[in-house]
Amino acid sequence: MSLQDIVIKEQPNAQKEGRPSRPSLASRRRQERVAGRTLFIITLLPVILIVLITAALAMRFWPILKEYSLWELVSGTVWKPMQGKFGFWPFIAGTFWVTIVGVGLAVPPCLLTALYLSEYARAATRALMKPLLDLLAAIPSVVYGVWGVVAIVPFVGDTLAPWCKKTLGFIPLFTSKNPTGYSILAGGIVLAVMIAPFIIAVTYEVLATVSQGLREASLAVGATRWQTIRAIVIRQTMPGIVAGVVLGATRALGETMAVLMVVGNVPQVPKSIFDTAYPLPALIANNYGEMMSIPLYDAALLGAAFMLLVIVLVFNVVSTLVLQRMLGRRWV
Amino acid sequence: MEAHIQVRNLNAFYGKTQSLKDINIEIPRRQITVIMGPSGCGKTTLLKTFNRFLELVDDTKITGEVLVDGRNIYDRDVDVTEVRKCIGLLAQRPYPLPMSIYENVAYGMHIHRMKNSRDEYRKAVRHYLEVTGLYEEVKHRLMTPATSLSIGQQQRLCLARGLAVEPEIILGDEPTSALDPISSQHIERLLLDLKQDYTIVVVTHTLRQAKRLADYVIYMYMGEVLESGPAREVFNNPRHERTRAYLEGQI
Repeated sequence: MSLQDIVIKEQPNAQKEGRPSRPSLASRRRQERVAGRTLFIITLLPVILIVLITAALAMRFWPILKEYSLWELVSGTVWKPMQGKFGFWPFIAGTFWVTIVGVGLAVPPCLLTALYLSEYARAATRALMKPLLDLLAAIPSVVYGVWGVVAIVPFVGDTLAPWCKKTLGFIPLFTSKNPTGYSILAGGIVLAVMIAPFIIAVTYEVLATVSQGLREASLAVGATRWQTIRAIVIRQTMPGIVAGVVLGATRALGETMAVLMVVGNVPQVPKSIFDTAYPLPALIANNYGEMMSIPLYDAALLGAAFMLLVIVLVFNVVSTLVLQRMLGRRWV
Repeated sequence: MEAHIQVRNLNAFYGKTQSLKDINIEIPRRQITVIMGPSGCGKTTLLKTFNRFLELVDDTKITGEVLVDGRNIYDRDVDVTEVRKCIGLLAQRPYPLPMSIYENVAYGMHIHRMKNSRDEYRKAVRHYLEVTGLYEEVKHRLMTPATSLSIGQQQRLCLARGLAVEPEIILGDEPTSALDPISSQHIERLLLDLKQDYTIVVVTHTLRQAKRLADYVIYMYMGEVLESGPAREVFNNPRHERTRAYLEGQI
């Protein structure tokens, strides 16, 4: 007698004894199959969505590529849609300037914070500090933007820019003809604070993968904690730390609202950190939906979105792969 | 017997749990002292008070004294890195540092800037690899990652790394528990050789290993030292009921 026979024969008995009836084996199997497939499809949706969005953007980008070569668009420095001039370079340059300044400002303190939490802090301190740091990530972007306008922009315009001009004025990077405070630096500072909790969290996780035994092996020969960190902990986790920073950078690249509020939004190629800039996300957010009758304007803006998406996707995939290899399944 | 380490009224706490209770022992110079006892009795904890590793754990508290050559290593003005340089540790399983075989041995010497020239470092690395019987096995691949060695070789490398900073005392925290029988034997033989020059303290789970190694025995139970003395006396004529039970395999 097979197992199926047993299960099926039990059914009538169960009903006789007044127990609730159970659906037949066949119907339960059908349910199981349907449930499995439905969940799979729902899980697949976000993946399909990314492919669809990328494809749709590429298609809408296409018309302008028939008029201008990709190189012309990417390297062009003049943005005058009315005259049919679509140079993306100011926006691409602006995006990278703000991101590099933001990441550059964020990385040193974030790395030190993560090192403190993982190597020096007592468990109780850590339990208090980590949630507080994570809280930074919960503040809405627009609030950071307002904070930037109210606090950072005046600080940069009134204090930092004049001071830098006086002391570091001979370096072109630190002077600007018209420093109003609305600048790459202001955007970078706001971005740095925004991505900090993220970089700290990833770096902390990466540092936590170093086994205690390895630290003790170094301490046991009389190394100090700091020597152990430099020679062992950082050496062991370098790829993960870099990947964490790159992942932070992808957040910075796409961050729109807060940056848009403090960078000035002038389509020019910036030459100094006190210059205004106009990053790609701000371009799209500010202009999409208006003046759409201009020929190719729609294609140009969606082209900007396409470029942004491709840059972020590439950064993201590479860093996630590195992190997955380091952290196993603990963190994705 | 000349004591190298003297422990006086030592108590240790993890949070509120007391894990060592009023320990008073003396550890003889240039002999192998074996700490035995059932799991959880505080053997490893006691060992870790000797190189001040216990304080790496949150919420530990230590009272009393551990004197090495008459100097209390818990005194305020003692440099903990000097203590650990002088007292090497062989851990439960090998932890090769993420660098080459050569760099592993040179690591501690570099940290303490013990040598003046590249050549001196090279000679010293070779010497300690020879002492631990590794040199012939690895001399052609000194620059390959230490993780490429077998587990047994790794443990000998860790021993070489510890010896390279010129300690006087070697602590072993069940140093063969992760190794195969042949590698374990190798480590045991090394420890027996090294006792001519070093004071060695080994924690072990296995009674047979204790009998093979010990010149001096400390038997612990529930955080207390029940019995300590020369190996022959303790093994042949234990004074305490529980020690006898342990030796006869009842615990």
